[in-house]
Amino acid sequence: MNEILSVSTIVGILYSAIRLATPYLYAGIGEAFSQSSGVVNLGVDGIMLISAYAAFFVVLNTGNIWLGLAAAIFVGFLMGLLMSLISITLKAEQGISGIGLFMFGLGLSSLLFKTTIGTVKTVTGFQAIKIPLLSDIPIFGEIFFNHSLLVYGAFLLVPAAWWVLEKTTWGLKIKSVGQNPAAADSLGVNVDQVRYFSVCLGSILAGIAGASLSISLLNLFQDNLTAGQGFIAVALVYFGGWKPIGIMWGALLFSAVNAFQLWMQVLGIKIPSDIAIMLPYLLTIAALAVTVNRVRSPAALNKPFERGEN
Amino acid sequence: MKSKLFVLFLLLTILVSACAPAATEAPAAKLRVALIMPSAITDMAFSQSMYSALVAVQKEMGGEAAMEIKYSENMFKVPDAAAAIRDYASQGFDIVVAHGSQYGASVEEVAKDFPKVTFAWGTDVNTFGLPNVYAYTAAAEQGGYINGVMAAMLTKTKTIGVTGPVEVGDAKTYIDGFVQGVASVNADIKVSKTWTGSFSDVALMTEAAKTHIAAGADVLTGSSQSVVGSIGAAKENGTVLWFGTQSDQATLASNLVVASQVYDWSGMIKDIVSKRKAGTLGGEKYVLELKNDGLKISFNSGYPLTAEAKAAAEKAIADIKSGAIKVNP
Repeated sequence: MNEILSVSTIVGILYSAIRLATPYLYAGIGEAFSQSSGVVNLGVDGIMLISAYAAFFVVLNTGNIWLGLAAAIFVGFLMGLLMSLISITLKAEQGISGIGLFMFGLGLSSLLFKTTIGTVKTVTGFQAIKIPLLSDIPIFGEIFFNHSLLVYGAFLLVPAAWWVLEKTTWGLKIKSVGQNPAAADSLGVNVDQVRYFSVCLGSILAGIAGASLSISLLNLFQDNLTAGQGFIAVALVYFGGWKPIGIMWGALLFSAVNAFQLWMQVLGIKIPSDIAIMLPYLLTIAALAVTVNRVRSPAALNKPFERGEN
Repeated sequence: MKSKLFVLFLLLTILVSACAPAATEAPAAKLRVALIMPSAITDMAFSQSMYSALVAVQKEMGGEAAMEIKYSENMFKVPDAAAAIRDYASQGFDIVVAHGSQYGASVEEVAKDFPKVTFAWGTDVNTFGLPNVYAYTAAAEQGGYINGVMAAMLTKTKTIGVTGPVEVGDAKTYIDGFVQGVASVNADIKVSKTWTGSFSDVALMTEAAKTHIAAGADVLTGSSQSVVGSIGAAKENGTVLWFGTQSDQATLASNLVVASQVYDWSGMIKDIVSKRKAGTLGGEKYVLELKNDGLKISFNSGYPLTAEAKAAAEKAIADIKSGAIKVNP
C-alpha cells in the first residue's frame, strides 16, 4: 500500500485523471447547456462517435488536426440541428429521440468507418504541449502543464461556460427557458430559438469531446470508440447540479478513481480486478446519493414548449 | 374485424406452408456459411481472425460461387446474437459459426431446432452432446508462453505490463501462458496485469497501457479488440515494445510490434466443411495449438529481433510442439 502513496504514483494518478476527464468535460458541459434550456439530449454518445469518426477521417486524409477539429465541430452542429428539429420543432419525446440519435450516430460511424477506412489505423493528433515556466514547477508542472491543447481547452471551458450561463443575457435566457418557458415567452424570449441554440452548442461540445478521443487522447478510431462515455457525461450533469464547476469535480472524481484503480492493478495490490473496475462507478453513485437533494433540475426539463398552453 | 384478421392469418399460413417445402428442397449448389461475432471484422483481433479464415477457405474452394459468407458484426449483446443465429439457421445456411464464448446457451437452444444445420461456436469445448454442434477453442497459453520468452529477453527495465480486458476465456489463458514464459527466462522480472472489465473500452485500455509505461514497463502485451489503444500508447511513447495475440498486429506499429500469436481457424473450417460433406454435422471439439498449426507465431519483419531471442522463441515452439514444455492454461 505504501507504493500507492509515493509521489510518482500520485503524480501519475492525477496526470491520468486530468487526461481521462477531458471528454467528460466537453460532453458534460455541452449537455448542461442543453439541459439548462430544458432539453435532455441522450444522444451525446452518438454525437461523440460520429464526430470522432469525422475528425479522425479528416486528419487521416489531410494530416491537418485543425481541419479535423473543424470537421468534428461541424458534424456536432449538424447532429444538434437534427436533435433540435426532432425534439423542439416536432416536439417528440426527448428521451426517445436522444436514444434514437445515439443509435444513429453509433450505426453511421461504424458504417462510414468500415466503408472509408476499413481497418484500425493511427494518426498523429494533438500533441502534449509543455507550457513554458509553469511546466517546470516540480510535481504541479508535471500534473497540470504537460497536456495537449484539447485538454487545456476542456478545463478553460469550465470558467467560460460558467461566465456564459451566469453573467450574460444569453445565459439568463437559456435558464429562463429551462425554468419557465411560458414566462420567458411572455417577456418576448423566443423559446424555440434559445433551445435550438443551446442544443446545437451542446452538440458542438459533444463533437469536440469525440475529437478529443480520436485525434488527441487515443489517435485512432474503432467501432464504438466511446464505449458509453457520452452516457456517463449525461450522468455527470446531474452529479454536478447543472453547474460547469460541479461537472468538473464530478469528471475529475470519476477519472481520478479510475486512474487510481489502474495504478492499484499495475502495482499489484491484491484486490480482485472486478472490484477495482467497479470502484469509479460505486464512488460516483455514492457521491450522487449524498448530493442529490442539494440541487433542483431545470423545472421545464424534458417538456416540449407549446405556446398558449398552461 | 376479427374475422378479417383470421382470414388474413389463414392466407398467410397457407402461403407459408406452401413455400416452406420448396425452400428446403432447393438444391444446395453452394455452401452457405454464416458468422456471428461480437466485434467487427476489422477489429485486428478475435473477430477478424475468424473472418479472415472463412475468406481464406472461400478462396481455396473457388470463390463466392462455391461458398457464400454472410456475417453479423458487433453482436456483443447475446439476445441480438441469438436472434441472428436463429435467423441464419432458418434461412437455410449450412454452417453457422457463433464466434463468442457468450453465445453457448443460444447455440444449444437453436441447434436443437435445426438438426440439419451445422453449428460451430467458441471459444469453449462444450458441444452440449448435440450431434450438430462443434465447439472450438485456442490454446492461447502456448503462444502466450512464446511471447513471454521473447518479452523477458527484450525488457531492459525488467518490468512488463499486461493490459487485459476481462479475466475470462482466451484472454486469461494467453496471459497465464505469457507469465509462465517470462518466468521461464527470468523469475525476477516483474509482470503487472491490469483488467479494464471490457472488451471494447479503448479509452480505458489506452490509459491502462500509459499507466504501465509510467510505472516503468518497456514491453507490453494484452488481448481483445481494445488493445489497439495499448498499441497506440506504445506508439506514442515510441520505444515501448508490443506483443500481439489473436491477429497479426504488426501493421499498427510496424517498428514496435515484435511478434503476434495468430489464430488460424482455416484448417478447422476446412475440416468442418469436409466432414459435413461426408455426413458428419458436429459433435466434436477443436483446439488450436502450435502442434496442429492452428496457432502460429508471426514475427514482424519490421522489428529487428535479436538472433538470441528468436532462437529462444523457436526452441520454445519446438519444445511445446514435442511436449517437452507443458504450458498450463
